[in-house]
Amino acid sequence: MRNRQLYILASLLAVAGLSIFLFKYQTLGFPVQADAETQVWNVEAAVNFEPGPASVKVTLQIPSLTPGFTLLDESFVSRGFGLSTHNTTNGREAQWAVREADGPQTVYYRALVYRDPAKATEDSTPPFPEIPEFDEPSRIAVDGLIAEVRRQSADVASFTSELLRHIDNAGSDPYVRLFLSDTSSPTAKAQLATRILAAAQIPARVSHGVFLKEQTGAARTVPLLEVHDGVEWLYFDPVTRAQGWPQDFLVWWRGNGPIADVDGGVDVDVALAVQRSVLNSLEVAERRMDSMGSQAFDFSLFSLPITTQAVYSVLVMIPIGALVIVLLRNFVGIKTFGTFMPVLVALAFRETRLLWGIVLFAVIVALGLLIRFYLERLRLLLVPRLTCVLTVVVILMAGISVLSQRLDLQPGLSIALFPMVIIAMTIERMSIVWEERGASEALQEGIGSLVVAALTYVVMGIPWLSHLIFVFPELLLVVLAVTLLTGRYTGYRLLELKRFRSFGKPADPAGSPP
Amino acid sequence: MSVLARYRSLTESGVLGLNKRNGDYIMRFNPRRLYPLVDDKLKTKQLAIKAGIAVPALYGVIETQHDIRRLEEMVAGHREFVLKPAHGSSGDGIIVIAGRSGSRYRTINGTLLDTEFINHHLSNAISGQFSLGGIQDTVIVEAMVHFSPHFESLSFEGVPDVRVIVFRGIPVMSMVRLPTRLSHGKANLHQGAVGAGVDIATGTTLGGVMSGQVIDTHPDTGVVIAGLTIPDWDTMLDISARCYELTGMGYIGVDIVLDRDLGPLVLELNARPGLAIQIANQQGLLRRLEICEEAADFAAAPAERIVFAKKHFAHPVGPVLEPGDVAGQIG
Repeated sequence: MRNRQLYILASLLAVAGLSIFLFKYQTLGFPVQADAETQVWNVEAAVNFEPGPASVKVTLQIPSLTPGFTLLDESFVSRGFGLSTHNTTNGREAQWAVREADGPQTVYYRALVYRDPAKATEDSTPPFPEIPEFDEPSRIAVDGLIAEVRRQSADVASFTSELLRHIDNAGSDPYVRLFLSDTSSPTAKAQLATRILAAAQIPARVSHGVFLKEQTGAARTVPLLEVHDGVEWLYFDPVTRAQGWPQDFLVWWRGNGPIADVDGGVDVDVALAVQRSVLNSLEVAERRMDSMGSQAFDFSLFSLPITTQAVYSVLVMIPIGALVIVLLRNFVGIKTFGTFMPVLVALAFRETRLLWGIVLFAVIVALGLLIRFYLERLRLLLVPRLTCVLTVVVILMAGISVLSQRLDLQPGLSIALFPMVIIAMTIERMSIVWEERGASEALQEGIGSLVVAALTYVVMGIPWLSHLIFVFPELLLVVLAVTLLTGRYTGYRLLELKRFRSFGKPADPAGSPP
Repeated sequence: MSVLARYRSLTESGVLGLNKRNGDYIMRFNPRRLYPLVDDKLKTKQLAIKAGIAVPALYGVIETQHDIRRLEEMVAGHREFVLKPAHGSSGDGIIVIAGRSGSRYRTINGTLLDTEFINHHLSNAISGQFSLGGIQDTVIVEAMVHFSPHFESLSFEGVPDVRVIVFRGIPVMSMVRLPTRLSHGKANLHQGAVGAGVDIATGTTLGGVMSGQVIDTHPDTGVVIAGLTIPDWDTMLDISARCYELTGMGYIGVDIVLDRDLGPLVLELNARPGLAIQIANQQGLLRRLEICEEAADFAAAPAERIVFAKKHFAHPVGPVLEPGDVAGQIG
């Protein structure tokens, strides 16, 4: 009964911890590895134009729905222009306006995007399009084309594919020839396809985008035909007729209009540029949280001031160290002075590093013990004696620091972080054990404490583990669950197997041990 | 032997491990609120006196630094006495005075202690040097036990004592602890005393164990350990069983000494009795505890519980692991 309650509690804690962890990892994109970097792309559109004599209004289509990518950050750069952004039926546009401008002008739009597999197409099902109006000869051609393509196809996908084949052979196709020539641009082809698809009552649109790959010079926009088959969007390359979402394709804008439109200006030229860079994953996650308006970051350890964060990056590892102690004590059976003394010593080792830490610890405890044995002869009362030991420990630490400074040994200085009260108590306990139970037991426990402290230090210092716990402190719930379970471990300890080794063995015929 | 095989063999022998002792027995049957009754030897002593269980006579109690001066007056008329911290564990801080030499006290092993040393020791003890967690303590001044010559051949100095594990009123396992030169006359196994299992049914000693190793003879006297019958065994069983009613604790170790003139006396109770008794008996405790839980009537009178214990815990309990092992020869 009691055990069942424990198991339920432990599994609840573990599930809670793990699900928050998974949510943060999968959905919010927190990195599980320290120094993980996310590849991000800087995309830039520069609109150059010659302003006319009157007011100028520049309209630039900017990315809104970008399947496969998430917009981290964007900025608008211009000199003296008023800026506004609007949502339109086809997406978003930025509008720069100025009463008058002199000489060639450039306005910039910059965005930072990164690949986000979690981001599926968020489009909803579009309404059926209105049948576009064609003049009489065109309408006949369109009807004929639709009839023929329909005959050669089975569904929306094959219809589109077949249609694109007809359009591609513009020069020789009797119907298409009416609208296009062989030299027509892919955009024109895609636009024609949408009109014909609309006439066939199939929702379709053209999206324009750039391929995100390292390239020098300007990036070209590429059209992509999007067709809705009633369930989902299908994507076609109007030139190669390949179906499917192209790799690394960032949708910039949708619709049949141009990317930019300058009202009151001439010689409009839009230059797109793509540049790859890397950002710390944590930063990406943070910026993303901002752009999503999520408060996960505000309620994480990252919302704390940097110095406090540094403290917590150590504190969150203490339960891990304590768990190591649980395992070493209850599963292995190592004896230590004081339950959590090794954790504190392990924390001190962080500054001194392991080898020096052990040396310094051993030196201080050994010297402290000597002095403690002498104090014993003075017959001091308990609390004053403890205070004397503490004082001596502090003096010893100061002495070692000064000495190591003289000898140019850096690690000796870090001794100042040793938990002196704990060391004083350790010396006291050790000397009592020494006197009451003999030196071997005292040394055994002393060495046991040191071994446990060293192991704890090693585990607490594992970089990926400390990163993991700091970024996902909810994993401490899992640690708690594990600790709860270990609390009901009633099996043998490893060292008990050795302790009870005489079980079932006959007496040594040679007689008694020494 | 591999770790797993060893683990399994311990399970088969019904050996009780520390984790199981703590989690399944001490936590279940020893309620926290009753601990003071056992941890404070003074309280135990007073309870025992009230219940008519024999204990070494109480000469006085030193509770404050001021009381230290009254020691002389407490022990007036007694050449021998024992100073014992009420919260001491495993015999720490005990001084046994067997006589005087001028103004100084002579301990049982002949060391002379001056008053200053004794006073310092008492003051340390009162400050809690020997108590668990360093809490304020009191020191009991009590009569020294004149140990029965019965054990003389099996001990080096010091007083041998009998430890009985009592599970909810039923004596389940027992051993006698024999001081050695190594243990400096203390009856403490981890200080090097010999532990010898005692058959619950008959009160005869089984083989011995010292520092975790099975031995046949006492290391200092060379006398064969097995086969010695402990006198007044039934009385010992009786007072151990009654210690359950005394404290209400379900899992205790009762430490009994055999006085030359007074017979068995309860020295102290232990709420966390050690597991070495299993090595001394070459028998697992767990099996016996399980037998109790399956078949025993815990509400029965002490006499009936002893009948149960004698019936079920005659040595050996359960299979003997290897033919010809120490336990087998005696049983």
